Amino acid sequence: MNFGLSDEQRLLDAGVRRFLAERLPISRVRELRDAGQRFDRDAWKELAALGVVGCLVPERFGGAGLGVLDAAVIATALGHGAAPLPFLGPCVMAPLLLGELGSPEQQQSWLPRLAAGEVRVAVAAAERVERRQDAGVRAESGRLSGVALFVLDGVGADAFLVPAGDDLWLVPASAPGLEVRPLPTLDATRALAELRFAAVEPAERLGAARGAGAALDRAIDVARALLAADLLGCCDRALELAVAYAQQRSQFGRPIASFQAVKHLCAEMAAAIEPARALVWYAAHAFDALPEEAALDASLAKAHLAEVASFVVRTATEVHGGIGFTDECDLHFWFKRAALGRQLLGGPSRLRARAADLQGWGA
Amino acid sequence: MDLSYGPEYEAFRAELRRFLQEHRGEAPRAGFGEGLLTDTQLAPWQRLLVERGYAARTIPREYGGGGFAADPLIAAIIAEEFRSHGVPGPASGQGIDMLVPTLLEHGSEEQKRRWIPPTVRGELIWCQGYSEPGAGSDLASLTTAGRVEGDRLVVNGQKIWTSTAHVAQMMFGLVRTEPDAKKHAGISYLLIPMDTPGIEVRPLRTMTGHAEFNEVFFTDVRVPLVNLVGRRGEGWKIANTTLRHERDMLGSASTSEGLFHGLVKTLIEERVDGSRALADPKLRDQLAAIQARTLAMRCHAMRLLTARVRGESAGVASLVTKLNGCQLNHDLAGLAIDGMGEAGTLHRDSARARDGGRWLFHWMFQLGLVIGGGTAQIQKNIIAERGLGMPREPKP
Repeated sequence: MNFGLSDEQRLLDAGVRRFLAERLPISRVRELRDAGQRFDRDAWKELAALGVVGCLVPERFGGAGLGVLDAAVIATALGHGAAPLPFLGPCVMAPLLLGELGSPEQQQSWLPRLAAGEVRVAVAAAERVERRQDAGVRAESGRLSGVALFVLDGVGADAFLVPAGDDLWLVPASAPGLEVRPLPTLDATRALAELRFAAVEPAERLGAARGAGAALDRAIDVARALLAADLLGCCDRALELAVAYAQQRSQFGRPIASFQAVKHLCAEMAAAIEPARALVWYAAHAFDALPEEAALDASLAKAHLAEVASFVVRTATEVHGGIGFTDECDLHFWFKRAALGRQLLGGPSRLRARAADLQGWGA
Repeated sequence: MDLSYGPEYEAFRAELRRFLQEHRGEAPRAGFGEGLLTDTQLAPWQRLLVERGYAARTIPREYGGGGFAADPLIAAIIAEEFRSHGVPGPASGQGIDMLVPTLLEHGSEEQKRRWIPPTVRGELIWCQGYSEPGAGSDLASLTTAGRVEGDRLVVNGQKIWTSTAHVAQMMFGLVRTEPDAKKHAGISYLLIPMDTPGIEVRPLRTMTGHAEFNEVFFTDVRVPLVNLVGRRGEGWKIANTTLRHERDMLGSASTSEGLFHGLVKTLIEERVDGSRALADPKLRDQLAAIQARTLAMRCHAMRLLTARVRGESAGVASLVTKLNGCQLNHDLAGLAIDGMGEAGTLHRDSARARDGGRWLFHWMFQLGLVIGGGTAQIQKNIIAERGLGMPREPKP
């Protein structure tokens, strides 16, 4: 019995955190936001050199060949840093789908470049979960038409994996008839895109005809477990900021951290976060070792972390008092990252409904 | 991450399973409402478990235990298997879980030899005399007094929330023996035979309708001085070494998991408009939300177990079990009642009550545990001060 992070995983965690603290401190994240950028190209290259970008790419394709729990360690660190770096598209869903569905030629063509951070591939996965507004992509006579919304890491991607029914198409960003529009959200640290397809001829298909559904669902479930991990990192940072602020802020002649009203808010955050941390580890580990329950665990974990994170970022803001409401205070970067993370690839009620369905509760 | 226990542990588990299948008929039937603790009906079963090394496993042999080295994984396997077989496990309760570790650490050789073996065999039932009407969260303000007269301490005062006092032969309690010393330095740890003249036990009926607790009154109760554990005035320090055991006992993940499985069954069996109650998507939503909390506490327990095996501190994580677990258990029962609607409120004597009114009992009893053993608010102080390093409230 060994439930926890290995020494290697602790080193990985410390390494990514050190990198982010040095290269992407929150002051730099703020600069990028002020400049209207949601991506730090230089930091991305360095992260690729560290093996983080290719974490899930098999070693024979130049990646690190790590597991989903390792990726969760990275995701938690990225959430903790509110890092304006792509992850779930080019580092998680794209390599998983190429690994599972790609032909040897497709894998050889894409995986080494993904691992090296030379290309970025995003996955238009949102409509596989739920279709909002006018979204939906159809394939007619081999051409794609329609709209894909909320494509994570979609701005600046070199290519897209686009589902249409149970087919998965590979579409270069430069394909004629494809328009990529940034879809700014409240979160300045992640770049979502809207893709508009006007009879776009895809470059190629991944996997057999109508054969991509299961792999796509699994990639989305992995991404959910890692979104839960990212939310955990947001929670950790929000609590750290709240405790530090409460220690330093004095009112009525003493640090507000000495008032029970403030202490109890912080204790409630810690009490919510710690079991949630164990749940995130477990849900990620399930993809590595307990595949039969991984989809359920990912749904439960992401729904739970969404609720915990909503509570924590809001409570941490309250502990800060008025300053917590200002732009000058850094806390809102995590408040907003958590708010987007909560909705991505299924909000909590959608995921709980899925968990119920997976267990046949409604039947 | 490796959730398997490994071959030697699985061999131990297999042997325990064989034992349980063979002997489960001899186990007393578990009920509810009689309180948390063991009683004398458990003694023959307990003796068998001690003999086979499934109870009192780590107590030294000279004191009637198995003499095995402490192994958190073995302890976890024993707890898991007894629970999954629905068989009462090794006797628990305040004698075995709190007094015995205290005596092992602080008792004299004579005290250990006299008190530990019958306690371990389940023949000697203890109650804990800590809380008083005026000393709850501020336990160290207790006033039950022990005055020295010759070779005796003469005890006067009152204890409250004393579970099992009505069946216990002995009490381990805290009394103020040094009235002039500072608050924490004036307390002694005393073993009190419950048949001593001057002790009166009155059942304390709670909102559940059961009397899970008692009040105990002392009028000139004469207790031999040799029954002091440690020196006079050291009682606070001694009691604190074992209070931690109580906090970990309350809010265990196994209890929550048991309640969750029962909850799913109840919501599937309960008929509403001709369908299962779970046909309601809103109820499914709430059930999935509480399932996630339950699973998180199971994972949390595995994390803490791993930390114990490695001899590492789990930091603030080790302080949040009781706060989360007791609230979760209360909520699990509350959701079962919601799922049953009016039927969920039926008294256990009602012919239509489900499961003998078990959910109502758990719902109220678990609220008691949110408060007992250190209230939720005291837990939050501990989490903030010891776990997060926030300063104590200044003394007025």
